Amino acid sequence: MRNWCLGVLAAFAMLVGTIMPAAAQLHVDVTQGNVQPLPIAIPDFVAATAGDETPAVNIAAVVRADLGRSGLFRPLSRKSFIQKITNINVPPQFSNWQVIKAQALVTGEAAMQPDGRLRVDFRLWDVYGGSQMLGLQYFTTPENWRRVAHMISDAIYKRITGEEGYFNTRIVFISESGPPTHRIKRLAVMDEDGANPVFLTNGSYLVLTPRFNPTAQMIAYMSYISGKPRVYLFDLETGHQQMLGNFPNMTFAPRFSPDGNKVIMSLEKHGNSEIYVMDLRTRAVTQLTDNPSINTSPCYSPDGKQITFESDRGGSQQIYVMNADGSNQHRISFFSGRAGTPVWSPRGDLIAFTKIEPGSFRIAVMHPDGSGERVITDGWQDEDPTWAPNGQVLMFTRSYPNGRADEIWSVDVTGRNEQRVNTPGPASDPAWSPLIQ
Amino acid sequence: MMKFSNAIKFAAILSVVALAGCAEKPKAVPAAPPAPPAAAAPAQVKTSSIVPGSAEDLRVNVGDTIHFAFNSSALNSTAKATLQRQAAWLQKYPAVTVQVQGNCDPRGTREYNLALGARRASAAKEYLVSLGVSPARVDTISYGKERPICAESNASCYAKDRRDVTVVTSGGATS
Repeated sequence: MRNWCLGVLAAFAMLVGTIMPAAAQLHVDVTQGNVQPLPIAIPDFVAATAGDETPAVNIAAVVRADLGRSGLFRPLSRKSFIQKITNINVPPQFSNWQVIKAQALVTGEAAMQPDGRLRVDFRLWDVYGGSQMLGLQYFTTPENWRRVAHMISDAIYKRITGEEGYFNTRIVFISESGPPTHRIKRLAVMDEDGANPVFLTNGSYLVLTPRFNPTAQMIAYMSYISGKPRVYLFDLETGHQQMLGNFPNMTFAPRFSPDGNKVIMSLEKHGNSEIYVMDLRTRAVTQLTDNPSINTSPCYSPDGKQITFESDRGGSQQIYVMNADGSNQHRISFFSGRAGTPVWSPRGDLIAFTKIEPGSFRIAVMHPDGSGERVITDGWQDEDPTWAPNGQVLMFTRSYPNGRADEIWSVDVTGRNEQRVNTPGPASDPAWSPLIQ
Repeated sequence: MMKFSNAIKFAAILSVVALAGCAEKPKAVPAAPPAPPAAAAPAQVKTSSIVPGSAEDLRVNVGDTIHFAFNSSALNSTAKATLQRQAAWLQKYPAVTVQVQGNCDPRGTREYNLALGARRASAAKEYLVSLGVSPARVDTISYGKERPICAESNASCYAKDRRDVTVVTSGGATS
């Protein structure tokens, strides 16, 4: 767990010489949702030598699953394939892939190296254009094969959509067990596709609302480990956890600033919750709101210049925006119901939030000026959205009536592609990491 | 008081022994079908078996829980009456310290409900302090919506979850 990123540092990509000039007609517009997902053929990768079959087959399977889950691609059944790829360095027979209506084809090869590393090559082909769109090569430690697969998925996603991918990312979340009136909650991290789950706390105390820092090495979260609810930091490198600051009362709702140098959170005093920011280098604390009402769920804009938060100062829970120094606090949502948990898109263009109306909690998005509001989920109780680093997909907590276990779901920003996220049992409070470098 | 209560317990044990002594010796009889479980008889707790000044005394004889309207931390008349009894009890047992635990129903977002639970706990503390209880004796904590006592999703269940619970943290009498 500790060194999970180190192997990735060993993985690097290099462009493989193109066999044919690229024509680049293939394109998927991510803003249109999955109206017509792109048919893509991803045969098992070629094993360079006997013994390379396992990574060759597994990497292709992960790429198929990643791209299929995005809703923008439709991986075709391997049973329909006519041509068996045996050498990725010669162009495929495009007519064989046109017959099965594949628009894109991915070929690849896995090869264990004499030095113990795994080499993975892949090529992305435009089937109707008859050209190579992309060719990359990776070296990694063999146990890191899943990460290479996600990097390949991200490269394909980016080449075809023009947007950064989000498959080589991690999710920090709360793993739940036990009956509804005695839930046990544990801090956990996993890959974006649910693989490699690791539990970071043992469930003997309540933990809530974890969030990654920009390097995905540090987690800010809330813990009752001392008997008092306080914000803590968990260092994934060392496993060390520490209380953030020494405040006399509850601290909660933490999030890192985009540069990772600050944590913004709520601090409660005499039942009143205000938003504060702590500089992690100097430990200096600055109060940003001062208001006899609930002020919480703060989240920075990606440029760090503004903060969105929720407050009931106007009579009901609504979304506000202020400058990073606390000036110019203004309300941006005016719903007849309530609105909470605002999170600013990494692209800066949207704020996702929980829209509360009688009988329903749903995820919605709006522009930072409050315009263009769209509801994108329709569960019984959906809340606490978190953005993929490319700002195109969200995860959120989905709760059900009568104590049925919580689940984590994902939805694209159009609201068309809603999927349950693979978690090790019931789960809540997801937070998406940036792309792992 | 302790001795008196122990004496009652002792007397109760004696009477059980005496009853057992009167019982006939067991005879082999055809096994009767198992009796249906006794209809839940109200648990008859003798007031005298609860140690005055104990956590159980606060819970059973004073009342440790108050309830709130939806999304509100206002104290209604029932809540105030309970808190008045708690304040009088705390005056009577000056060594006791308590923690007021604020809770919410699940129909609110997690962080908002942490703040709302803190507001509810604080509202009770402020009222206790206004009645003469030292603020140093009353701690507060919010559990937001993390400690429901009722799993069904209906109005009566939510009403039970929207609560402050006052628990003894130190200085309470023990039996």
